[in-house]
Amino acid sequence: MVTVLGLYQPGDSLAHRTPAGVKLLVLFCAVTVVLVLGTLWVAVGGVVVSALLYPLCGVRARYVWRMLRPLLPFLALIVGFQVLTGDPWAAVRTCAVLGLAVLLSGLVTLTTQVSTMLALFERLAAPLRHLGVRPDRLALVLALTIRAIPMVTVAWQTSREAYLARGLRGRPHLMVVPVVVGLVRSAEAMGEAMTARGLD
Amino acid sequence: MLQLENVTHAYEGRTVLRDVTAELAEHRIGVIGANGSGKSTLARTLNGLVVPDHGRVLLDGRDTRRHAREIRRRVGFVFPDPGTQIIMPTVGEDVAIGLRGSGLDRAEIDERVQRILRRHGLADHRDHPAHLLSGGQKQMLALASVLVTEPEILVCDEPTTLLDLRNVKVIERTLRTLPQQVILLTHHLDSLVDFDRVVVMDEGSIVFDGAPAAAVAHYTARMERGATEAGGEPHLRSPDSGEPAW
Repeated sequence: MVTVLGLYQPGDSLAHRTPAGVKLLVLFCAVTVVLVLGTLWVAVGGVVVSALLYPLCGVRARYVWRMLRPLLPFLALIVGFQVLTGDPWAAVRTCAVLGLAVLLSGLVTLTTQVSTMLALFERLAAPLRHLGVRPDRLALVLALTIRAIPMVTVAWQTSREAYLARGLRGRPHLMVVPVVVGLVRSAEAMGEAMTARGLD
Repeated sequence: MLQLENVTHAYEGRTVLRDVTAELAEHRIGVIGANGSGKSTLARTLNGLVVPDHGRVLLDGRDTRRHAREIRRRVGFVFPDPGTQIIMPTVGEDVAIGLRGSGLDRAEIDERVQRILRRHGLADHRDHPAHLLSGGQKQMLALASVLVTEPEILVCDEPTTLLDLRNVKVIERTLRTLPQQVILLTHHLDSLVDFDRVVVMDEGSIVFDGAPAAAVAHYTARMERGATEAGGEPHLRSPDSGEPAW
């Protein structure tokens, strides 16, 4: 399973050393330029360059496939629709732009620690302080949201194993209550741990 | 020094601590007792996670009721389940988050995190997803995450309960070498042999307080007597009794 939790690849490449804000700006500019220029070959060239950036940044090439794989069903729908409307080249161009955006944003994720991204988020949210919002709290909420992904997975797996171990079949709704209870208990325990660590 | 003065606490009408008074001054203090004896609630009062209904818990004369934030900084707490103590995605980030608001700059935080990870055998895992560590590594991470803030006192609530024997020994050895005062709640009676003092709890009260060997003997005899009196009937007090699982 590809999640932001397991994606960061430690390294010392230029991409790793570049500040998160600069990387996001480059990402934004690159996607905007390709969209505005709108030519097929710029889009396709962008995808090729983005894919080549992976090994250049010390990230294994198989991550190119791992990034693009979840996109394939959507690309198939787009291709199908565009072919039906009689513009297969538009299909290729749209798919290339989407692929470029996913590959570049994936590269940002692969070369940026979550804490660095949260620190950037905290700085960007700083003006909200005037509205009574605490940016550090927002960043912490975001961190906890990310952290919750494996917690939900564990709660689901635990309940599913208990469900199967008791020989139950065909009634998956029976897992809803134990999953919810497990998550609530985990959330309570995590809240207590955060309080103990002075993060309340 | 931690002091408990006539501490009483109840959950939903069930009293889990009854008029507990104690001074916790020794370097290594063990707390033992059956499930539901009140030892975890007692531990939670020590750093203000639980504020007692009656009585006071003091650290150097400062009441947890009024100075909870300061006391939590000075009294670190390690929970039984390391999985729920992980807050950040990677090992290094999880240790570092405890230093938020500490006034240290990024380089100092990095240096301190690296030092604590190296000391606890986690330096090679710094950038790894924390939730993918083994149980023993997770508990070591929980310990490192607390120790990085350099608390004066460490309260450990059954930190080895979910671990295999090898990891139990690793955690025990680590706790033994810490310069901090350690208050350890445990069911592993062997780990208290070289402690300075062991407190035995039952039904929310301290029923024995003394040297480890005598305390363990008292506790063992008490448990055997309880098992005999129960006549083979299960004696489960938690959580069906309405008290929290701790």
